[in-house]
Amino acid sequence: MSTVKSDVNGPVLASTAGAAGGVAEPPGPGGGLAAARRRLRSGELGSWPVVIGLVVIWVVFQSLNQNFLTPQNLYNLAVQIAATGAISVGVVMVLLLGEIDLSVASVSGLAGAILAALTVRNGVPDALGIVTVVLICALIGTMHGLIVTKVGVPSFVVGLAGLIGWQGLQLYVLGAQGTINFSYEGLVAQLTHTNLTPAGGWALGAAAVGCYVAATLYDQRRRRAAGLPLRSTRRLGLRAAVLAAGVAGTVLVLNAWRGVPLALLILVVLVVGFDLVLRRTRYGRSIFAIGGNVEASRRAGLNVDLVRISVFALASSMAAIGGILAASRGYSVGQQSGGSDVLLLAIAAAVIGGTSLFGGRGSTYAALLGGLVIGSITSGILLLQLGSPARFMITAGVLLAAVILDSLSRRGRRAHGRE
Amino acid sequence: MTTPVLSLSGVSKRFGAVQALSEAELEVNPGEVVALVGDNGAGKSTLVKVIAGVNPADSGEIRWEGRPVAISKPHDATALGIATVYQDLSLCDNLDVVANLFLGNETIRFQVLDEIGMERHASELLHSLSVRIPSVRVPVAALSGGQRQSVAIARSLLGEPKVVMLDEPTAALGVAQTAQVLDLIERLRDRGLGVILISHNLADVKAVADRAVVLRLGRNAGDFRIGEATQEEIVQAITGASDNAVSRRRARTADAVSLTEVDK
Repeated sequence: MSTVKSDVNGPVLASTAGAAGGVAEPPGPGGGLAAARRRLRSGELGSWPVVIGLVVIWVVFQSLNQNFLTPQNLYNLAVQIAATGAISVGVVMVLLLGEIDLSVASVSGLAGAILAALTVRNGVPDALGIVTVVLICALIGTMHGLIVTKVGVPSFVVGLAGLIGWQGLQLYVLGAQGTINFSYEGLVAQLTHTNLTPAGGWALGAAAVGCYVAATLYDQRRRRAAGLPLRSTRRLGLRAAVLAAGVAGTVLVLNAWRGVPLALLILVVLVVGFDLVLRRTRYGRSIFAIGGNVEASRRAGLNVDLVRISVFALASSMAAIGGILAASRGYSVGQQSGGSDVLLLAIAAAVIGGTSLFGGRGSTYAALLGGLVIGSITSGILLLQLGSPARFMITAGVLLAAVILDSLSRRGRRAHGRE
Repeated sequence: MTTPVLSLSGVSKRFGAVQALSEAELEVNPGEVVALVGDNGAGKSTLVKVIAGVNPADSGEIRWEGRPVAISKPHDATALGIATVYQDLSLCDNLDVVANLFLGNETIRFQVLDEIGMERHASELLHSLSVRIPSVRVPVAALSGGQRQSVAIARSLLGEPKVVMLDEPTAALGVAQTAQVLDLIERLRDRGLGVILISHNLADVKAVADRAVVLRLGRNAGDFRIGEATQEEIVQAITGASDNAVSRRRARTADAVSLTEVDK
């Protein structure tokens, strides 16, 4: 897989996707505007609301505090969203099925605890420990999926049991001591405390944009060869330009402080990788189909149970990766790891990013965008020294706005679909 | 006389105490639209499920292009070349037309979905059926009922079937949309496919079918060439009596009309 580096470009790629992973633009000049109007009317908003929301949040905080849009603060923001963002990617996949997994935060805490117990207490090499922990959590997710599909327990309840149960196991693994510290030099700690060199950042950014442009040109050539309507060159050019500008801006800002952090790179690779899986493979297509209409998927011969179980396994694996990143950031795992607001923020990020709670609509870019929104609010409140009360209330407001938008656009789609 | 592509004889099916089908017969020729009509509970759906392999028959013979075959599961029917389009639309609203057409049957290129190949194939298929939709890349939710039904029917053709069964394809459709679907059924016939049309709507049956096979209480109650039979004859076969609610109602309204004429 190509390493793709992007931050601000998320919305650009996501808006290419549409809900179904297809491109729904009629050809010809002026077609773009008509398509945009049609999408607005029928409730196909894509990622635009959250992008606009993010810009508003940034402008407001910057006007309140000059330190908000500084390289240092944006760098911290990038490192800070990595852990929750990784968990959110898994949440997005589960939401696409029309299910929910409330256990992800507890699983992430448990993952950190098991990793610490393996590597720090028992001397297992870090790399082996990380792989083991992710596999264990995949098994946990498989168990969730089996209970949901084969026994028929609603995923909400299975997740609730997991939320409590896995936190209990986490406390048990940590033992009386409560907190386990990682060495500052180990691989685990390095995951979030390593930065690319400035040149490395530029090279990776250029490679990502290059891959995108090459893929677009190849696609366009095949469309021409197949005699299909071509996508407007101006639009494609504009999109590539926005992507390049976004990547360049991100690398420029991050290089002005410590360079592109490895943690952000991990998150972006997860987001882009899973987006490609969702939109370009049969497996991803089956996830969308099941989220859209289970009965139709079953009649089309899809193995509905297998897909569901695998998605729960994926969600728990992503939670494990998030837990490892969180442990890495704080150099430690404690009883509070994966607790308090991690679950709510991970789900909120997915929903704020534009993933529908009703299933079948969304993309993994939601995890990145929603994570950025929540991270920005947290960081801005911190700078303004307003504390948790304001942070919780503002985050709740944004979440509510996102869900209302989702419900309204669903209603719009309904009205439009039955006209 | 050509060999029927599909013929059933002596098909019986029992659900507990209910004899759903007894000694039912059905024949479909290539390029022929056979309407399967009957009242609620007459055994239409049971017969469809027997042919589709969902509920195999207890006894009876099924011949495919003249040779006896066994259909014991849905896959057997599909493998022979029988496609079924069910009444409740089996489409995913959130996916676009191409994705729905190829759902569960996507073409792959280097482990990746061949979107361009599928889009071209979809356009060609819909064009050949004269199905008009704004774009093959719009989500199915944005289509009208008739367009959605057309997509569902088009999807059944991807497996190159020889017989297509349509279960109440025009139920819940408006007048114009019904016409679209009826046009499409005629195009299936022109392609040389055998079409089994299950319908309650005798107007549709008269408009598009070549023959009407009537089931009543699980038995064959008539086989009419559409051009030769009157609607009354078919209704009689469906209800099983010349003196039935439909004819009584008709007689009553006729009386009413003549009465008003007397008044004048």
